Amino acid sequence: MAKVTIPIGPQHPALKEPESFSITLSGERIVEMDMRLGYNHRGVEKACEERSYIQAMYLLERVCGICSHSHSTCFIQAVEEIAGLQTPPRAQYIRTLFAELERIHSHLLWLGVAGHEIGFDTLLMYSWRDREVVMDILASLSGNRVNYGMNTIGGVRRDFTKEQLAEVLKGVDILEERTKYYIEVATEEPTLINRLSGVGSLSHKDAVRLGTVGPTGRASNVDRDVRRDDPYAAYKDLSFKVITDTHNDVYGRTLVRVGELMESYKMIRQIVAQIPDGPVTVKAPRKIPAGEAVSRYEAPRGEDIHYVKANGTDKPERVKVRAPTLANLPSVSTMLKDNNLADVPITIAAIDPCFSCTDRMIRVKGGSKKKNEVLSWESLRLFSIGWYLERGIDFGSLNKTMKKLDRK
Amino acid sequence: MAWPLFFILVFPGLIFLSLAGWAVEYIDRILYARLQNRKGPPWFQPFADFVKLVSKEDLIPTDANPTMFKLMPVLALTAVLTAFFHIPMWGSTPLISFEGSVIVVVYLLTLPTLAFFLAGWYSTSLYSTIGAVRTLTQLFAYEVPLLLAVLAPALLAHTWSLAKMAEFYNQNPLFALTNSVGFLVALVALQGKLERVPFDIPEAETEIVGGTFTEYSGRLLGMFRLAIDMEAVVGASLLAAVFLPFGLDLGPAWGFVLYAVKVLVIVFLLALLRTVTARLRIEQMVEFCWKFLAPAALFQILLSLVLNWIIRP
Repeated sequence: MAKVTIPIGPQHPALKEPESFSITLSGERIVEMDMRLGYNHRGVEKACEERSYIQAMYLLERVCGICSHSHSTCFIQAVEEIAGLQTPPRAQYIRTLFAELERIHSHLLWLGVAGHEIGFDTLLMYSWRDREVVMDILASLSGNRVNYGMNTIGGVRRDFTKEQLAEVLKGVDILEERTKYYIEVATEEPTLINRLSGVGSLSHKDAVRLGTVGPTGRASNVDRDVRRDDPYAAYKDLSFKVITDTHNDVYGRTLVRVGELMESYKMIRQIVAQIPDGPVTVKAPRKIPAGEAVSRYEAPRGEDIHYVKANGTDKPERVKVRAPTLANLPSVSTMLKDNNLADVPITIAAIDPCFSCTDRMIRVKGGSKKKNEVLSWESLRLFSIGWYLERGIDFGSLNKTMKKLDRK
Repeated sequence: MAWPLFFILVFPGLIFLSLAGWAVEYIDRILYARLQNRKGPPWFQPFADFVKLVSKEDLIPTDANPTMFKLMPVLALTAVLTAFFHIPMWGSTPLISFEGSVIVVVYLLTLPTLAFFLAGWYSTSLYSTIGAVRTLTQLFAYEVPLLLAVLAPALLAHTWSLAKMAEFYNQNPLFALTNSVGFLVALVALQGKLERVPFDIPEAETEIVGGTFTEYSGRLLGMFRLAIDMEAVVGASLLAAVFLPFGLDLGPAWGFVLYAVKVLVIVFLLALLRTVTARLRIEQMVEFCWKFLAPAALFQILLSLVLNWIIRP
């Protein structure tokens, strides 16, 4: 059969954001896939350099519509580290509460989207109806369904009464019951299992090699979670399991996400029970002293990394965002190999992509004088090793240390 | 001269079948919505959709074959309409009745699917072509079980005419119950014929945009939509006539009410099926049809032959 290349995107019903996948098919089978980023670049990082820290925080909250709290918390953690601020414990707990509520709403949203991608609209309608419960909780606590605006440098902007927190628990009870029903659906409904299992396989080895993060990695049994491995906010006080799965496919990713929902409910109950009294914010200076920090945060989609460099003024010198989707995207082409055309939407959706969060522009400057130079992988590697050596970082010795650590 | 025109254009022809098609689409949509905990559309929505489509511009791709592109919706519509004349609504006698009408109805109901295929093929766009190939692949999967399931009752009644079949089962209502396996097979196959979830593979929105109909717009798309609505009515009526031949002596008024109830029951079952399932992949669909539906239909034929041998030794 002749090979045809069909475009999925930048405008396509399966994609909620512009992104171009060009898929080469032989019949219904995928031979090759190519993707292109860059349809939604907004220059957020650069814009942060023109704004004060507080303004930059609000801007970064708008990097993603779904994990808005993730980005603002991740950024603010880095800023607080540079400024040496100690956020009060109550503020830490409130940040964690919002982080988990956000995870619930993001995972329920994903479940609906996954249902829609495989033509199971009933699942979409049900899970999005139930998602309204958590959206209402978020709206009643913060005033907004998304972009909660909870953070400020040195703490959070709102404090909550006992009654408000008790209301949260009521909502969580409803959600827990509904989630149990979805677990039942996911493990028993035959057409759903048929469409999800064996689709978009990513072996454990590939998942590690391609650097997948979050539920995508955990479904391939990559036991990594920043909340446990490098606890921030109040996570060190909470007891929870990191859900992993060995299915290695889209079905495994579904199970990990519904499993994480159950853990989130557990955590919220602990937060409400343990939340300490006290102030919710400390006074923060307007100008942040010079310094740099990297902050890690387990967003619903995986590990979010922010790098902030301060220069002693009230504006950051450099802000760098690594949204989880960027880490997961390279794995998609491995997942899709030898799958069916029908599995493209669900496989792309299974990494829970957020294209506009991850969109970036790369311009290669310098190097040789030639205008368009194509570097082979090996020469690019050597170039970067040399580049770092000039600046006093020796990756050769670092690699040896890493290997030693691995053996331990 | 006036009567045939009345039959073709008004009842049971174009106007009646269009109204019935919109009614069935509305009922299907509202059931689907209610089962999904949604409100659903107002009663005139299918008609409003049709009016909107008809009032819009027809766009024909430059690479497409304009004659075939325009002809296919008409062909689909006409085939469905013709099939309906052969199906009894109340009583046992349809408008046109002859020995062999079962085969003709099934044949005429295959024509729209072929029209969908050709429409997609002549659109020449990538999504349409993939949709067209899927339409045809799917046709080969569900058509055989459907035909076998409809033939089984005919074998038992010892006739190829829908009217005589209805008479036979009206006299021996208990025999109609022996066809229940065939009824289920035909129901699932009809879902495939109507290209609805879990068999909406040819027009899977999230995979190939609009499938066969990607390039269609305006009046031509409206005609296709109408043809699909009508096909739902005709398919449901065929199943009602073949598998639910009860209460045929009630006279026109009550007979029509009973007919409507039968069609609604079938529409409800089809809506339920599409609520509780996810879309299958094309190879899963073909496998399901050949591994489960076709053997079940063969079992039904075997059952009919055994019963036939008992009652007519």
